[in-house]
Amino acid sequence: MTRQMTGAKMVVQALIDQGVDTVFGYPGGAVLPIYDEIFQQNHIKHILVRHEQGAVHAAEGYARSTGKPGVCLVTSGPGATNAVTGLTDALLDSIPIIVLTGQVPTFMIGSDAFQEADTVGITRPCTKHNWLVKDTDALAGVLHEAFHVATSGRPGPVLVDIPKDVQFAQGSYDAPKPSTSHYQPKVKGDMQEITELVAAIENAKRPLFYTGGGVINSGPGASQLLRELVGATGFPITSTLMGLGAYPASGDKWLGMLGMHGLYEANMAMHGCDLMINIGARFDDRITGLISEFSPKSTKAHIDIDPSSINKVIRIDIPIVGDVGHVLEDLLKVWKSRGRKTNSEAVGKWWGQIKEWQAVDCLKFKQQGKIIKPQYALSRLEALTKDHDRYITTEVGQHQMWAAQYLNFEDPNRWMTSGGLGTMGYGFPASIGAQMGHPESLVINVAGEASWLMNMQELGTAMQYNLPVKQFILNNERLGMVRQWQELLHGERYSSSWSESLPDFVKLAEAFGAKGIQCSDPDDLDDAIMEMINYDGPVVFDCLVEKHENCFPMIPSGKAHNEMLLGDAETQGVIDAKGSVMV
Amino acid sequence: MSALKLKKGDTAKSAYNLRPTFSDVIERHTLAVMVENEPGVLARVIGLFAGRGYNIESLTVAEVDHQGHLSRITIVTTGTPQVIEQIKAQLGRIVTVHEVHDLTVEGPSVERELAMFKVVGAGEKRVEALRLANIFRANVVDSTLETFVFEITGAPAKIDAFADLMRPLGLIDVARTGVAALSRGD
Ligand SMILES: Cc1ncc(C[n+]2csc(CCOP(=O)(O)OP(=O)(O)O)c2C)c(N)n1
Ligand SMILES: [Mg+2]
Repeated sequence: MTRQMTGAKMVVQALIDQGVDTVFGYPGGAVLPIYDEIFQQNHIKHILVRHEQGAVHAAEGYARSTGKPGVCLVTSGPGATNAVTGLTDALLDSIPIIVLTGQVPTFMIGSDAFQEADTVGITRPCTKHNWLVKDTDALAGVLHEAFHVATSGRPGPVLVDIPKDVQFAQGSYDAPKPSTSHYQPKVKGDMQEITELVAAIENAKRPLFYTGGGVINSGPGASQLLRELVGATGFPITSTLMGLGAYPASGDKWLGMLGMHGLYEANMAMHGCDLMINIGARFDDRITGLISEFSPKSTKAHIDIDPSSINKVIRIDIPIVGDVGHVLEDLLKVWKSRGRKTNSEAVGKWWGQIKEWQAVDCLKFKQQGKIIKPQYALSRLEALTKDHDRYITTEVGQHQMWAAQYLNFEDPNRWMTSGGLGTMGYGFPASIGAQMGHPESLVINVAGEASWLMNMQELGTAMQYNLPVKQFILNNERLGMVRQWQELLHGERYSSSWSESLPDFVKLAEAFGAKGIQCSDPDDLDDAIMEMINYDGPVVFDCLVEKHENCFPMIPSGKAHNEMLLGDAETQGVIDAKGSVMV
Repeated sequence: MSALKLKKGDTAKSAYNLRPTFSDVIERHTLAVMVENEPGVLARVIGLFAGRGYNIESLTVAEVDHQGHLSRITIVTTGTPQVIEQIKAQLGRIVTVHEVHDLTVEGPSVERELAMFKVVGAGEKRVEALRLANIFRANVVDSTLETFVFEITGAPAKIDAFADLMRPLGLIDVARTGVAALSRGD
């Protein structure tokens, strides 16, 4: 049914009709009509962040933890430009986000009006798609289409730029209908290719599943099918940073994360496998290392909803374009109908080899003395929180990699980290978004002191909305990951990688009315973590850790998987000239 | 639009060859991209080439289906087979791109370009310019006592050849439209 209303009201109506319950935003002149409509209704909760970057990361945290799209509302000009980092982050991690921006009135566009920016121009390369709506009658259609585009195919961020006069004007509004737009990505895989993969599975001697964020994005059903497939074939499985939780860390086929800071057994298995089954991962350079030496002997199958991911960097033998859930369903059907065959004898031998690699125990560490090792802090955090209904976000740096290594994820949507863009400042606002989606759950942001300071203003947001997010800061007083690279390839010249003039985190927390806890003694750590968990409100936990700890294992840039460094190894000069130009 | 029946992402028979041979040979391909004729769509296509470091040798665009709001962008690009496949796949990801056709691999096609040449001269040179224009079937669309403006249509190589001949005869200005291309037959 078509109804007449203002553009501003349409925005709120479209959000309600799309099932949105939470919007993260920040007001300004160009969005005041929309804020006025938000004020006059009770369906949608608006969370006032403290910086627009925080709004987008919060929406990402909400989206990744709930499986629903995240929504932001910001003003024109600086509001829009502050959202750019979040949009780029969501683009690289394929997170469905809808960002609504105000714009100067249509008749002032192009005049360098106050707070005018070419928002669609600036965000064209960092959104999946964007629209400038110049006609109120077109607004409802664009808003509904924005949800369709953000959530279908390979998900991603979209932006709708709405001039202020379009918000004021009357137009006709229609409720959402199934999209009739041309954009309808294909979800079913080609049966011929799927059958070819089944044949490869039946014959493989050293198979390996390599899974990524695509499994999580495909929904909980895809993770379920993955578990069934892994269980039934008995093949080992590893995952990218983005895919953690799709297969449970406690599962007996689990090899742990792979990649630059992945586990020894996972990387060695990647290097040595004869059948690699990539499910929803994209051969990122953090995964492949040296391309020419990447898994040299394997037949490579790749299931991805985005055709451009296939053959982008690695040559694929069995390409399957489709949604992970749909393809796995068909794959299982065909494999079962052909008699559930695998080469179990050869796969048994392969497991024998893998067990040897696992015996290296690449994550072992020694907690000695009075200084907390970051690995120890995370092991204790894992032990004390694993039975909770728990969501983890992280910032970016060493702590992020240690979190991926030492925390275990049993389910999808429990782990939110900036994988593709590596955005320091992501974790705190993301934890706020995750907590909004899961008010009763334990939400922890594993942070580095430097990253955390990048969006620490969101402590105000956490306080205002009583969001009991726990900020677990591994404080090494260093830009630790930068320091580690300087140690390894810049002759230990630690250029600007100190965190100078750090605040007193306890006092900082208290200044906002939150709880601050500091811990520096390993013997006090458990009690302090329990105090954090049991406190009903936001906590800033300043965990003083070993300042010069390096994150291992590590595949140095420009090296192959089987050249990875384990802890305590001789690390000087391991990255050659070719490797050192890579990031 | 009857010839353009292929769906994006169709692995069996489409412009996307998902099983390429990785070779270092640089190829030249002509792509026909059907896009929704909406503001910014050309910026999306050009931005993709600039942002990902692909080459554009020639680009033409115009609305070809007024009712369907569709424009046709013809792009001539170069790259290794892997890069060409990536370009097509990346174009296919743009939400407002409806179809991507690689005319170079999808069968025989014809390419045409229109160009205008301004030639200044007197005496023998002026006569010679007119004579060559006749041979190349270029039309005189404007003339003064010292100048001609020729209009010529043809495959890009023919236009290049004409330009080479006109240069010593007083060529002072060239405008070229870039390539428009269609597949042959139905
Ligand atoms: C916005 C941004 N700026 C710079 C970087 C580069 N960078 C990566 S890790 C890192 C250091 C992070 O320090 P901290 O948050 O304390 O984490 P740690 O490595 O010490 O655990 C820096 C500067 C980045 N990833 N993001
Ligand atoms: Mg640090």
